[in-house]
Amino acid sequence: MVLQGILFFIAAAGAIGGAVAVVLLRNPFFSVLALVCHLFALAVLFLLLYAQFIAAAQLIVYAGAVMVLYVFVVSYVGGADEPIDEGGGAPRALAPIFAGALLVVLALALAGSALTLLDTNGAKLPDNGNAYGTPEQIGELLLTKYLLPFEVASFLLTVAAVCAVVLARRRRGLEELTDDSPLLGEGLGKR
Amino acid sequence: MITAITPILAHAADFAEGARPEDPAMWGWILLLTPLVGALILGLGHRIWSERVAGLIGTAAIFLAFGAALACLAQLLGMDAEERHVLSGFTYAQAFGVDFRFDIYYDQLAVMMALIVTGVSALIHLYSMAYMKSDRGYTRFFGYLNFFVFSMLLLVLAGNMLLLVIGWGFVGAASYLLISFWYRRSSATRAGAKAFVMNVIGDVALVIAAYLLWHELHTLTIPTLLANADDPFTVMPTATFTAVALLLLVGAFAKSAQVPLHTWLPDAMEGPTPVSALIHAATMVTAGVYLICRMHPFIEISDAASMTAAALGTATLLIAATTALVQTDLKRIIAYSTMSQIGYMIAGAAAAAYSASMFHLMTHAFFKALLFMSAGSVIAAMGGIQDVRRMGGFKKAMPFTYIVFVIGALTLAGFPLLSGFWSKDEIISYTLHRGGAFTIIAAGMYIGAILTAFYSLRAVFLVFHGDPAPEAKELEGGHIAHGDHTNPATGEHEDTEVGFPGADHHIAEREGEMKVAMGTLAFLAIVAGFVQIPGVTHVIEKWLEPVFEDSRYADSIPSVSAQWIGLGVGAVIAITGIAIAYWAYMKNRGVTERWTERFPRANAFLLNAWYFDWLYDRVFVRPVAAFAVFCNKVIERFVVDGIVVGTTTLVKDGAERVRAAQSGLARAYALSIIGGTVVIALYFVVVGK
Amino acid sequence: MNISWYIALSAVLFSIGAGGLVARRSPLVMLLCLELMLNGANLSLVAFARMHGDGGGQIFALVVMVVAACEVVVGLGLIVALYRNRLPIDIDELDHLKDPQKADSAL
Repeated sequence: MVLQGILFFIAAAGAIGGAVAVVLLRNPFFSVLALVCHLFALAVLFLLLYAQFIAAAQLIVYAGAVMVLYVFVVSYVGGADEPIDEGGGAPRALAPIFAGALLVVLALALAGSALTLLDTNGAKLPDNGNAYGTPEQIGELLLTKYLLPFEVASFLLTVAAVCAVVLARRRRGLEELTDDSPLLGEGLGKR
Repeated sequence: MITAITPILAHAADFAEGARPEDPAMWGWILLLTPLVGALILGLGHRIWSERVAGLIGTAAIFLAFGAALACLAQLLGMDAEERHVLSGFTYAQAFGVDFRFDIYYDQLAVMMALIVTGVSALIHLYSMAYMKSDRGYTRFFGYLNFFVFSMLLLVLAGNMLLLVIGWGFVGAASYLLISFWYRRSSATRAGAKAFVMNVIGDVALVIAAYLLWHELHTLTIPTLLANADDPFTVMPTATFTAVALLLLVGAFAKSAQVPLHTWLPDAMEGPTPVSALIHAATMVTAGVYLICRMHPFIEISDAASMTAAALGTATLLIAATTALVQTDLKRIIAYSTMSQIGYMIAGAAAAAYSASMFHLMTHAFFKALLFMSAGSVIAAMGGIQDVRRMGGFKKAMPFTYIVFVIGALTLAGFPLLSGFWSKDEIISYTLHRGGAFTIIAAGMYIGAILTAFYSLRAVFLVFHGDPAPEAKELEGGHIAHGDHTNPATGEHEDTEVGFPGADHHIAEREGEMKVAMGTLAFLAIVAGFVQIPGVTHVIEKWLEPVFEDSRYADSIPSVSAQWIGLGVGAVIAITGIAIAYWAYMKNRGVTERWTERFPRANAFLLNAWYFDWLYDRVFVRPVAAFAVFCNKVIERFVVDGIVVGTTTLVKDGAERVRAAQSGLARAYALSIIGGTVVIALYFVVVGK
Repeated sequence: MNISWYIALSAVLFSIGAGGLVARRSPLVMLLCLELMLNGANLSLVAFARMHGDGGGQIFALVVMVVAACEVVVGLGLIVALYRNRLPIDIDELDHLKDPQKADSAL
């Protein structure tokens, strides 16, 4: 129990630290790396919550695949430093205030919650949690009770993949469209 | 809706099963429905029927209705003299404890009226088939005419006050449609609107009267009402009773164009001439006389009402007769003579001379329709011009028209032995017999008679004698003048498309249908008086006697000798009037122009019909128009516009402000989303506690 | 550990993500902040699943991860498209919705 507590605080500190670093670091590349740290800490937290499959998925899919995608794009686009202090206008100034307000409201909601189970360690798990959150259980749930969301999610992924291809593909002739291009008139006419 | 339809369907089913021949009113139903069927066939199929077929359908429907009216007459003749009335119908709705029934009721009076209506209508349909031949609205015209006849028969055969009111309103609507028949003529549409408004005054009065009767006597059925009217003072307060009588009179006066609700009739001459003949001379305008006769127990019991009716009837006949003296529009001369003649009937009915009034109603229908038909023929020969000053010398060019016009004018003048002579003088002698204040009324009627004789012959002399007008000469050479197509009232140019009069003109000399119709009416105008010669024949008096036997004055009949004296006086007066007209327009042509120059004010006074239109314009139209302008300028502009413009300004300015939020900055949007979420979440947190 | 600790942590993460989303101008970092918010939500989902001892919340978290992946794919696709079209990689410059003329010339 004590170990769990210690682990939780370490992981929580990692998660918060990673999150703050994502927001505050000027270079997008470092932000991505901070997010990876954050995700690792989060995976630990998931494990503490007996969600082994989710933790694994978090590491493999998120920290692995998705973050690699980020790194690729950052290096493609060029991770220029963004000046943190200057520019940004009113949203920049208001952002901490609003975030703080959001946090206060969420804390109020949590404090005022009538969920009595919140102050426990969670429901008693059968056979000491050995079957809870395992790939077997998740898989069974996905193919029985939650089959429809599962299928919808897969369809959503397909749509997103097609969409990304369409967005990022090279449009013929678009790069050549400069002011002195003879194609300009025709090109505009077609559009 | 279903409750209303079910009994009708049941009725129709009964009819189909052959149960209806048992219905005592079978011929009455056929009489009522034939013109309606005709109107529906013409109206629904107005694109299908060729003009010839449409005319035949419309005319055939009315001739069938006339046949049904004759069958009704035969049916009544087959009954006992005291039992000659038929009531039949069904309940089509029940609400608030009232049975709304579709009842038809006919007795001697209704059948006589129905015969006059259908008979004259049939002849006028025949006339119209030729007269309207080149008009582009031919089918529509016959549809309207059939609808009018249906409405008129509904009014005549109505078994309860509700149907009477409906028929009353339908007749007004049909009149509106036909006056505005040339709907692209602004003067015609304006005249139609005027007639409709004036008629609605009467409709409203009649509705209130019906309500009062229902409220006091708890029935709307006319025979029951009449039976209850024996001694209405026992069942109804005097004030209510007088109100009912006066309201009935207002209804009658509006429809019959009596002072002070008369100004629409001269303007109604904007309609085609057959319409003037049918509606504004022979049938519709006599509905007021019919109403007074129908409801006579309610009128005569109130002295105030009957004296008012008599006085206003006499005023109308004098005002109209004097106005007719100087009019220059041929149709308006005849229109004013119509008002004047109906004044006789109204005053006569008010003096309880019911059968005499109905007799005059009948003869008037014949000779007035005849006069309008001949006038239509003359106007056609003039190429649409209606001004008598432009006419002249048509005697040779249009011999047939001349003969029938003279017959009509002489009958109107009360020339001895013609029908108008017998009927008009019967009214006068009955009125005189009442004595008292009615002596003055009778004196007014005699003055009216001499004026009538003068102006009717004036029209004859101006139109048919004297130097031939260019159009008359042309017609002698075999050509009908076509004129340029203009509005005779305003001189505006017109085309001959639908909504305006047709291109060609048709005169009686060349159209068989017109000749037949006019010849029949001329014959009737001559002989119709012989049914009621004092001391010799009493056809109408005897026929209508059971209807009016409950009248308080049923026994107050002038002696035969008194009637003959009256006839003698009438003959002298008529001949005097004719002689004066002959002197003024034949012997000393031009003398009238000198009179006109010497008394320009009197001439203008009469030419403007005693300035009634001017008065109404000042008293009613202008204040209302001024109020409308005030509403437009103040209420509309400041109040209504203020609200509308204020709303738009509010939205516009508000949008201007809100637009600033639409910055295009995604981060600002995100910020507002977060802010909104915070606020909403806060709300739920607070509410949750 | 009490479940409420996890929930509180998720609230903190969510707020940090929201603040960062507004504060940063680079679309890339904004996407990262979105990830933070989604992860915060995910944490609470898993915590609630633990609270009830029910696998449903974990499935929900899995679906959120799918959605996040999709969002990343589309978002990064957009960024690449922006780069290809030589548009500034700065969210404040991309305010063409307000100014149609600018939108026209941008394409």
